[in-house]
Amino acid sequence: MKHLLLALMLAVLPLSPALAVQPDEVLDDPVLEERARELSRGLRCLVCRNESIDDSNATLARDLRLLVRERLVAGDSDDEVIDYVVDRYGEYVLLQPRATGANWLLWAAGPIMLILGAGIAIVYLRRREAAPEPVETAALSDEEKARLNDILDK
Amino acid sequence: MITELGHFALVLAFLVAIVQAVVPLIGAHKRWPGWMSVAEPAANAQFLLTAFSFAALTYAFVTSDFSVRLVTLNSHSLKPMIYKISGVWGNHEGSMLLWVLILTLFGAMAAWFGGNLPPTLKARVLAVQSAISVAFFAFILFTSNPFLRLAVPPFDGQDLNPLLQDPGLAFHPPFLYLGYVGLSMAFSFAVAALIEGRVDAAWGRWVRPWTLAAWVFLTIGIGLGSWWAYYELGWGGFWFWDPVENASLMPWLIAAALLHSAIVVEKREALKSWTILLAIMAFGFSLIGTFIVRSGVITSVHAFANDPERGVFILLILGVFMGGALILYAARAQAMEAKGVFGMVSRESALVFNNILLAVSAFVVFVGTIWPLVAELAFARKLSVGAPFFNMAFTPFFVILGAILPVGAMMPWKRGSLARAFRPLRGAFVLALALAALAFALQTGRSALGPVGLFLGAWLVFGAAVDIWSRTGRGAIGERLRRLVRLPGADWGKAVAHAGLGVTMFGIAGLMAWEAEDIRVVQKGESFDIAGYTLTLQEVERVQGPNYISTMGTVQVARGTRVISTLHPEKRSYPVAQMPTTEAAIDNGFLRDVYVVIGDPQDNGGWAVRTYYKPLANWIWGGAILMALGGCLSLGDRRYRVAAGARRMRGAAGVPAE
Repeated sequence: MKHLLLALMLAVLPLSPALAVQPDEVLDDPVLEERARELSRGLRCLVCRNESIDDSNATLARDLRLLVRERLVAGDSDDEVIDYVVDRYGEYVLLQPRATGANWLLWAAGPIMLILGAGIAIVYLRRREAAPEPVETAALSDEEKARLNDILDK
Repeated sequence: MITELGHFALVLAFLVAIVQAVVPLIGAHKRWPGWMSVAEPAANAQFLLTAFSFAALTYAFVTSDFSVRLVTLNSHSLKPMIYKISGVWGNHEGSMLLWVLILTLFGAMAAWFGGNLPPTLKARVLAVQSAISVAFFAFILFTSNPFLRLAVPPFDGQDLNPLLQDPGLAFHPPFLYLGYVGLSMAFSFAVAALIEGRVDAAWGRWVRPWTLAAWVFLTIGIGLGSWWAYYELGWGGFWFWDPVENASLMPWLIAAALLHSAIVVEKREALKSWTILLAIMAFGFSLIGTFIVRSGVITSVHAFANDPERGVFILLILGVFMGGALILYAARAQAMEAKGVFGMVSRESALVFNNILLAVSAFVVFVGTIWPLVAELAFARKLSVGAPFFNMAFTPFFVILGAILPVGAMMPWKRGSLARAFRPLRGAFVLALALAALAFALQTGRSALGPVGLFLGAWLVFGAAVDIWSRTGRGAIGERLRRLVRLPGADWGKAVAHAGLGVTMFGIAGLMAWEAEDIRVVQKGESFDIAGYTLTLQEVERVQGPNYISTMGTVQVARGTRVISTLHPEKRSYPVAQMPTTEAAIDNGFLRDVYVVIGDPQDNGGWAVRTYYKPLANWIWGGAILMALGGCLSLGDRRYRVAAGARRMRGAAGVPAE
C-alpha cells in the first residue's frame, strides 16, 4: 500500500522545478538559517527522485524543511536534528549513508580498490623494470614485408 | 505507408546483421576471403536500412502522423519543428532506434576506414560489431517497437515532456549516444584481437582514434546535459550525482583511462591485457548505463521507461556480451606478452597511476550508484546514496589525479627522474600556489575548497603550457615559436585537454566555494542587493508562447548606477502536458553569472524571487569544450590518418620520435 501511494505521488508530482525554499520559511537568524540549509542538503525528499529537500518543491519537502527549522529553533544540535528525522523517516532519508553495518563496505570500497590497484601496479612495474630488454625484434614475415612496401609506395 | 516501409527496413537490417555477425567470423577462422568480404557490404547495407528506418520515424514525427502510437504519446501539432524532430529520440523507443542507428554507423565507418586493417581482424571486428547490433535490433523489434500503429488515431498528440523541449536537451542524447556507442568499436576491436590472439602496437593505434572520438562525444554530451540542468532545473546545480548522470560519467572515466593506456600499447607494447580489459569494461559500463536508464531500476530524474521486461532484456544483453568477452579474456589474456621494459619512474608508470585513479574513481561511482539496490536486496536496508556521499568519496581521487598529472605528463618514456620532470614545472607550481594563497587570504572563514581547486586548476593549466613549450626543444624564442605551431596535433591535443580539465576543476571549485544566494519576496518596482549587484523587479506579465503560457518577469541588473542587463525569468505552464517549468534568466559573464528565478505570487502581493551569484560557472563548460577540442586536435593528428589508411606518407620525417 505504501509503495502504491508512493507510485501515485510520483505520478502526480513530476519533477517540477520551481522555488524550493520559500521566502516565508527563511529563519530570521542567519546562523541558524545557514545550519538549516546545510542540514537540508543532506536530507532526501522522500517522494522525489534523488533530490534533497533543499532542492525540492514538493509539499513533503517543505514540511521537512520546516521541521528541521523547528528543531533548530528549539535548540537541537545538528546531530540531534538528523537523529530526530531519521527516527521518524528511517535511514532512507539520509543522502549520505552512515558508515554502520554493511555500509562500511560502501565507504571503504574506493580506498580498498586504490590500495589493491596500487599494490598490483607496483608488483607489475617491478617486474617490467627487471624484465630483460628484448634483444632481437622478430623479423618481418613475407606478408608483413609486402604490406610495408605497399604502404611506403603509396 | 512510409512508416510500414521503415518498419520493414528495420526487420531487414536485423536479418542483415545476423548474416554479418556469423559469416565473416567463420570466414576469418577458415581464411575464406569470400566469406570475410561479406562483412563490408553488409555493414553498409545495415547502416542504410537503419538510416531509412530512422528517417521514416522522423517523417512520422515531422508530419504529426498521430496514427503512430509513439508520435501520439510524444508529440503535438503545435510544437515547434525542432522539438518535433528531437521528439524522435525524446522517448524510449525512438532513442533506442537512434542508438542502433549510431551503432550501425560506427560499423559502416569501420568498413570505410578499415582499409589498412589485416583482413581477418577487419572481418572479426565487423562481425563482433554486428553481433551487438543483432542484440539491439531484437530488443527494439520485440520489446520497444517504435512503428506500432493506433487503431483509432486521436486528433492531436499528448506533447513531449516540456523539460525536454529545450535546445540543450535536444542535442544531449545524440552526443551521449555517439559516445556510448562509439565505445562499442573499442569493444569490438578488443574481442576481435582476443579471437585473433594478437595485440601489438598497430592494434593500439587502430583502437585509439575510435576511443578518442567516443570520449570526445561523451565529453560534449555530458557537458550539454550538465549545462541544461544548470539553466533549466531552476536552482543552478550543474551535477546531481543522479544515477543517470553517473551512468554517463562511468564510461567517460573508463574511456579516459583506455585512451591513455592505449598510448602505452602503441608506443611501448606494454599494458596490453589491461588495455583489452578496459576496452571491454568501457562498453560494459555503457551497457550498464543503458540498463540503468532504460529499466528505471534505480528510479531517477531522467528515467522515462519503467518496464521490467525491457530491463531484463538489456540485462541479458549485458550478461551475454560481458560474460562472453570476459571468458574469452580469461582464456586468451596470458598470450599477450608485454615487450617494453621501463623503470618505476617513467611515463609508462605515470600512465599506470593515471589508469588506477580513473578506474578506481569510476568504481566508486559504480558502487555508490548500485549500493541502494545492493543494500535492499542483500541487507534489507532501504537507504539512499546521494550527492554528499559522492562529493566526499569521489573528489579525493581527482584531487590526487590533478596533483600528479603535470609531472606525469612531463615524464620521459622508459626511465625518468621525478626531480628532473619537476624542474621545468617549478615556476608553474609556485605561481599556482601563490594564486591559491592569495585566494585563501582574500576569503575569510570560507571553505578551503576554493583555494584548493584554484591551485589544481592553475597547476594543470600552467603545467600544460610548460609541457607544450618544452616540446619545442632548445634555441631562440622565434625558432621555438615556429616549432610550436608545427607541433603534431597529438601534442597540442594533450596540452589543451589537460588544461581543459584544469579549467573545469577551477570552475567547479569556484562555484561551490564562493556562490551567493538570496531568497525573498519582491514587490513590483522594488530593488535588492546581492554580491555587489542591485536587482530591480520592474514588471511581471503574462505572455502566450507557441504551446505554453508564461509568467514573465523583467528584472534589471545594475552595478552601482550602471545598468548591466535586463533579465526575463519565466514560469511556463504547458497546458497539454499539464506541467510547469521554470526558465531561469541568466546574465552570463566571464567571471560570474547572475541567475534569477521567479516563483509564485505571494498572498500579500509581490513575487517570490530567488537570485544567485555564481562565480566561474561558465568555466565548467569552457573546460569541457577545451577537453573535447583537445580530443579533436589529437584526432586530427596526421599519424592517425596514416594509420587509418591515408594515401600520404610524405612529411612523416617531420614527426618527432617519441
